[in-house]
Amino acid sequence: MMTKHTLAVTVENKAGVLTRVTTLFRRRGYNIDSLTVGTTENPGISRMTIVVEGDDKVIEQVSKQLYKLVDVIKVIDITEERSVDRELVLIKVKADNNVRADIVQIVDIFRARIVDIGRNSLIIEATGDRGKIDALEDSFRPFGIIELVRTGKVAMVRGTK
Amino acid sequence: MKLKGAEILLHCLQKEGVDVIFGYPGGQALPIYDALYDSKIKHILARHEQGAVHAADGYARASGKTGVCLATSGPGATNLVTGIANAYMDSTPMVVLTGQVGSSFIGTDAFQEADIIGITLPICKHSFMVERTEDLCKTIKEAFYIARTNRPGPVVVDLPKDLMSKEIEFEDTDEEINLRGYRVMKGVNAGQIITAADMINKAQRPVIYAGGGVIASEAAADLKELAEKCKIPVTTTLMGMGAYPGTSYLSLGMLGMHGTRYANYAIGECDVLIAVGVRFDDRVTGKLETFAPNASIIHIDIDAAEIGKNVDIDVPIVSDVKEALQALIPRLQAREELTEWHQTISRWKDEYPLRYGKASDGRIMPQNIVEKIYDITKGEAIITTEVGQHQMWAAQYYPYKKPRSFISSGGLGTMGYGFPAAIGAKIACPDVPVIDIAGDGSIQMNIQELGTAIEYKLPVIICILNNQFLGMVRQWQGLFFNGRYSYTDMSCQPDFVKVAEAYGAVGIRVTRDEDVEGALLEALKVTDRPVIIDFWVEREANVYPMVPPGQSLLDMLGGEDDD
Repeated sequence: MMTKHTLAVTVENKAGVLTRVTTLFRRRGYNIDSLTVGTTENPGISRMTIVVEGDDKVIEQVSKQLYKLVDVIKVIDITEERSVDRELVLIKVKADNNVRADIVQIVDIFRARIVDIGRNSLIIEATGDRGKIDALEDSFRPFGIIELVRTGKVAMVRGTK
Repeated sequence: MKLKGAEILLHCLQKEGVDVIFGYPGGQALPIYDALYDSKIKHILARHEQGAVHAADGYARASGKTGVCLATSGPGATNLVTGIANAYMDSTPMVVLTGQVGSSFIGTDAFQEADIIGITLPICKHSFMVERTEDLCKTIKEAFYIARTNRPGPVVVDLPKDLMSKEIEFEDTDEEINLRGYRVMKGVNAGQIITAADMINKAQRPVIYAGGGVIASEAAADLKELAEKCKIPVTTTLMGMGAYPGTSYLSLGMLGMHGTRYANYAIGECDVLIAVGVRFDDRVTGKLETFAPNASIIHIDIDAAEIGKNVDIDVPIVSDVKEALQALIPRLQAREELTEWHQTISRWKDEYPLRYGKASDGRIMPQNIVEKIYDITKGEAIITTEVGQHQMWAAQYYPYKKPRSFISSGGLGTMGYGFPAAIGAKIACPDVPVIDIAGDGSIQMNIQELGTAIEYKLPVIICILNNQFLGMVRQWQGLFFNGRYSYTDMSCQPDFVKVAEAYGAVGIRVTRDEDVEGALLEALKVTDRPVIIDFWVEREANVYPMVPPGQSLLDMLGGEDDD
């Protein structure tokens, strides 16, 4: 069954590591849904959160192939783990005076923030899990979305594990 | 002590046991070549970088050591690409050194600049761009460590020119390998060994399917012990030729697309399949759904990613092949003949031996030449091959007795591999006859290496099975494209005898059966230069049996009568 899996991948913080990972995905025909990368508490190590779609067999291959990269230190499939995941979105939405109040109301409901006000538009920032960000996007669509950018997901397993 | 980067490089190579490098100089590699001028390391000057990289590969496969090649930046480096991909597919341990433009020029599209690290990312085991002369020792040590451990493969090291010229204070220390993302596989899961042993002990119709991993792991003796203790028939892949003696009564020869009928039937009927150091390649399995349909499969391989990649496995054993076999053998019950199973197999062998028809006038059957090469060398030669029909005949009609005696481009299928690989093999094993079984198409892809073989006085024998066709493609056109021989006629070709002579090599032409042996004997007497024997073979002989692509192993064409 095709499902979305979230992989937490610990890698060496070196030039070219991101290319090695993305080259692997392209070459083996795996589909990246989203990929984020950033530093960790250890400056020598970066952490990638990769969302990839596939059946169990594909996901197993993805992890095994990732492990073969010399610069990949650890791969964990956290899909089934109790975890916290977040992504950040910036949405520029059409907002003339007639609808601003409605938009502000939606922003409040979602506990999002208005971070820029233009003459006919607003930029809204929100963080949340994928479901919340999807719902937010849907809510603004009727007003007219001018521009939208999502960071992709970052995730962390709960507890001390 | 103050040393230049290039001198440190060569010092580190020597510490890794390197005594020969295959290479080709150029502008950005000048500092390295300057240091080589005074070095104890022998440098073999190829005539094309592709020749150098395949020779390093052949050297590695014949010797079991890590091959080393060297080229300059840009076109020098890009000419290595096919050879790197070839080594990667066949898991050859190799360190590939490339010159690079000076650090300050990188990214400026400087003269002879190419991003060889970027280009080779998907076709090498790992790669390094050296950024400081101080990092050289550590990098070279890691490169060799990665190339030869676990599943071996090529490692690319890119060396900017200024770092090679730079002099630094050098102290020879032994640095620890510290690669937290790369651990060498040790040990084997005892539970899986017990399960596997139990399965093998209960098997009625077991088959061993052995591949290149057995050779890489130096485990041929262990495989032999296992097979003979339990009387289990063994079939090998193209890469596994010699992993088990082809002369043994338990040998089934090669399996797969051009495997023997009895090997493929045995796969179809077996109840336990012991897959050792193999990767279930499509040329081996045919249609996946019908591969070994009645068997529980035990798969031993050091690369976890190969297990379950193509075929579902019942008992996965991620381990070095040798370690796994040694753990397995004491748990296996010695058996007398598996009477019924052995009878079935010997019936297949009697009924469906490898066979071929008769040649037309003035031509020779190519299979017959391979058989005669075996007879005359008593199977003690190292055979290399190019890619195509001749390669399959070389695998079918010469029963390899030892590991590292058959050197061929298996995964990538690189035409032009065999001759430079033979040069590398001859340098690794100067006392063993080395014969490149070639086709008239393939040999023209790296024929310039005659110059190399002449310069270093290497008596490599090239047997061209000349059918004036790109024979394997022609065979497919004949079988699957209504005989439309689109651009596979190679009858416009040089006089290979004259080509040999022009280089100073020996050239012999053979057009009749009765002259085959004489020519081979004459060639084996030559000790100081290469020999080309141009055998004029039956033009439209086909390789049989053949499993058409995507079909079941049981749906073989040909090989039932003398066709």
